[in-house]
Amino acid sequence: MKKLRLNKTSRTNFLTYGMVVVLFVVLQIMSGGGMLSSTMKGQLVPICAYVVMALSLNLTVGVLGELSLGHAGFMSVGAFAGAVTAAALQNAIPSGGLRLAVAMIIGALFAAVAGVLIGIPVLRLRGDYLAIVTLAFGEIIKSIINNLYIGMDAGGLHASLINNTIVLEEGGRMILSGPMGIPGITKISTFTAGFILIMLSLVIIFNLVNSRAGRAIMALRDNRIAAESVGINVTQYKMMAFVTSAALAGAAGTLFAMGQNTIIASKFDFNQSILILVFVVLGGQGRMWGSIIAAAALTILPELLRGFADYRMLVYAIVLILVMLATNNPTLSGFFSRLFGRFRKPQKGDAAR
Amino acid sequence: MTFLNHLISGISLGSVYAIIALGYTMVYGIAKMLNFAHGDVIMVGAYICFFAVASYGLNPIIGILLAMLVCTVLGMLIERLAYKPLRQAPSLAVLITAIGMSYFLQNSAQLLWSANNKMFPSFLNFGGTTGISLFDGQLTIAWTTLVTIAACVIIMIGLTLFTGKTKMGKAMRAVSEDKGAAQLMGINVNTTISVTFAIGSALAAIAGVLLCSSYPILVPTTGSMPGIKAFTAAVFGGIGSIPGALLGGVLLGVIEIFAKAYISTQLSDAIVFAVLIIVLLFKPTGLLGKQIREKV
Amino acid sequence: MKKFTKLACLLLALAMMLGCLTACGSKESASSATAYKLGGVGPLTGGAAIYGNAAKNGAEIAVEEINALGGDVQFELSYQDDAHDAEKSVNAYNTLKDWGMQLFLGSVTSTPGVATSAEANADNMFYLTPSASSTDVLGGVANPLTGTVDIARKSNVFQLCFMDPNQGSASAQYIADQNLGSKIAIIYKNDDVYSTGVYNSFISKANELGLNIVSTTTFTTDSQTDFSVQISDAQSNDADLVFLPMYYDAAALILTQANAVGYKPTFFGIDGMDGILGVEGFDTSLAEGVILLTPFNADSEDEATKNFVAKYQEKFGEVPNQFAADGYDCVYAIYEALKASDANPSMSASELCDILVATFTGGSFSFNGLTGDGMTWDDTGAVSKSPKGMVIQNGVYVGLD
Repeated sequence: MKKLRLNKTSRTNFLTYGMVVVLFVVLQIMSGGGMLSSTMKGQLVPICAYVVMALSLNLTVGVLGELSLGHAGFMSVGAFAGAVTAAALQNAIPSGGLRLAVAMIIGALFAAVAGVLIGIPVLRLRGDYLAIVTLAFGEIIKSIINNLYIGMDAGGLHASLINNTIVLEEGGRMILSGPMGIPGITKISTFTAGFILIMLSLVIIFNLVNSRAGRAIMALRDNRIAAESVGINVTQYKMMAFVTSAALAGAAGTLFAMGQNTIIASKFDFNQSILILVFVVLGGQGRMWGSIIAAAALTILPELLRGFADYRMLVYAIVLILVMLATNNPTLSGFFSRLFGRFRKPQKGDAAR
Repeated sequence: MTFLNHLISGISLGSVYAIIALGYTMVYGIAKMLNFAHGDVIMVGAYICFFAVASYGLNPIIGILLAMLVCTVLGMLIERLAYKPLRQAPSLAVLITAIGMSYFLQNSAQLLWSANNKMFPSFLNFGGTTGISLFDGQLTIAWTTLVTIAACVIIMIGLTLFTGKTKMGKAMRAVSEDKGAAQLMGINVNTTISVTFAIGSALAAIAGVLLCSSYPILVPTTGSMPGIKAFTAAVFGGIGSIPGALLGGVLLGVIEIFAKAYISTQLSDAIVFAVLIIVLLFKPTGLLGKQIREKV
Repeated sequence: MKKFTKLACLLLALAMMLGCLTACGSKESASSATAYKLGGVGPLTGGAAIYGNAAKNGAEIAVEEINALGGDVQFELSYQDDAHDAEKSVNAYNTLKDWGMQLFLGSVTSTPGVATSAEANADNMFYLTPSASSTDVLGGVANPLTGTVDIARKSNVFQLCFMDPNQGSASAQYIADQNLGSKIAIIYKNDDVYSTGVYNSFISKANELGLNIVSTTTFTTDSQTDFSVQISDAQSNDADLVFLPMYYDAAALILTQANAVGYKPTFFGIDGMDGILGVEGFDTSLAEGVILLTPFNADSEDEATKNFVAKYQEKFGEVPNQFAADGYDCVYAIYEALKASDANPSMSASELCDILVATFTGGSFSFNGLTGDGMTWDDTGAVSKSPKGMVIQNGVYVGLD
């Protein structure tokens, strides 16, 4: 034991990787053995996408310490950029996996650009003012995509804004039709692709957090003025975290979109952003494994509650409130502490927590 | 004349945002939490008034008072059950609970009162007309608009006086500055926050009735979109600032209508929020927000 | 320490969920072979809940009636909620598959319909939607603006409602034929598939017919409160007819607000407008003179409609709208088709699908329902029935010819 003593952070990180791998293997085996219901199988890809969304938002909320209410906007940019790319490359790249990878990269790039654009005004602001600008950004993206038309023919891609003025050659087709979104997506996202994206996101986030830059970012979160006074470049580091977060959300958006039959702009609205924020807060800010479990659990939960019929969403709301109350209840956490305290040697710093 | 008409529509829409934003900003200013369930308390208030007036034939004034009573109790109940246990928890935990509460209210409303649209009765008719007609009918100002604006101004003045002059109001300001210090000074923090929610919820009931008087379709989701817009308006005006909520609300409404009228109805949502971002770039704490000096 | 508590809670929750899911998944083989398992998906909660619940209620009445007859064809009905969201609709569809669904009533609303129809197409599950009217649900229909076919036809998918383009072009044709307006204004919902779909075909047909369109304005879910700008634009351009391709909740607001500024053109709606008279507390005098193309009329004097409306009112305490009638008709259309074929409840979903598709497209199958007489279907999946022009007079629909 003593020889292989990792520090606490690395241990948590390895446990997180381990948990994802184990869950993936277990679910793959269950899926292969026909033990999963159609409902569960259908949810595997969205769960992966939501997990990556939660991880990326946790980078903004937990690590950078800024509240974002428009994370679905980045997901939307990634989803539409990726899905249009995949549709355009349908014949050029026959392999689904490769096409998905290219689409994800494009999706991530577009989302990163959006991240830079919104990062410039956003990072000047603080607290709720920052939150409202991210909310505004999400709404703007929704409104623009609702008015965007993209078609494709032998001559390449054609786009128009507000009104569909596209004239296509024989054999062409519309990919994105404003409010109708992208109606005919060829699904190429797989659970394996989702798993790879989750692992990749974890690698990126852990490496960022454990680097010099990551420590600078967390110093900014904990005390901006103190951090600034020791010469940390606020804008640069904030931007770094924010854009990484946006790019990951873009890739998650592409993964999500390519696992759906159709996507529309209004799917990625304020409620979607809030949903992702719920994952992060429930799982714990800055705690990546918490985000993974919370995203998976809360995505499955509404499906499990179908037995309640009309009362389903009411029960969901009650569960959400009770979980928030329970996880923040001193008596309850004291009880669990005692329960688990027996199995685990007390460590320094427990009292402080 | 068209310009004036648009301006009036804008103010009319804005005053509805403003009255909701007043409740938002009140609760935020004192309890320091974004109460996302505020929009849904508005919806409940509107339903209560609807049933009182349309189903039981009560006088609209009694309907409004009843709605205020129910909402006050509801608001205090929500605070007691869902927010009070989280007083020591991180602010985001409270935010999520508020969102849970918002889902809860919406779904309860649907189960109780069905998802069917209800048409809110228009009882703001004076002398059989729905509004004042000026310049040979070229310009109309609806009574609801006038009443809403009047209500906004009265509530704004009332709240400012209340927080400035009364003992409870001073206690509220003390709590908003520093909960710990306020407690040491002998202020009952729990009661103070409870009263804040009571007032905020009573305002929500009035807002609900006025919202539905102007835009009379009532469904369980009626409160959610105006709630978000009002939150935007409150931040726009400087969250926590009572006059700021009024200003932010009215400006947001006017910008929304002007964007539709003079630029594009298709892109109006984008334009409204773009203007908001630009304004916040120059006024990072909103129009009338307090400039907070940070201590090292 | 707190961390461990949270981990424990969350892991426990996840484990319970996974356990339950696998358990739920293994139940599917236990279906009884005496009744057909009929599934449907629609928004039962959220902003569009009114449509989903209406279709569900209509279908429930039809199933009760059919089961009470005690014939060979018996149904077991399950409706699942999708909250008007494509992602959740696929989850709902999968839940129904796990339940053992053999026949699918499709999605109630359009965007979820596009998603579930693709799934049902891949599974070869028979699909007859009451009201998801977008062309993308069926596939294989040319885009009215570009003339391109953007998605391939999903051969087992059928609609009981009018397809959006048919409504749009029929409305334009109707306005031109009856000479209802010389200057036309359009207000449509720019983030809604149904409204935009009708608008697109209306505008292309209107251009073809040479109708004079003087004002085109939009709104979205987010701005569905104030219509003063849209109304004033129509009014200042002297439009004498305003085309409202939208659901009746927004239309009711437009009628109210137009009345408040004293603007009284002819309002022309489509089937989504049906139900406006049933809104609790709506002043029906505001809808006086509104023309709409709708397949269903709750005030109709024919026996079947009266019977349905009476049952609906008794059971749910409200007047059924077109969605309820569509849901009711869907069940009966499938019932008639099953009776006309040699299907039996022990067949698999795919076998039933092949039989029903052959029946529906065979050319000899025709169905009389509440929403139309002699409805027939062909390979395109679209229903052939003629929309009825109705005008609202003294608070009731009066048929136009």
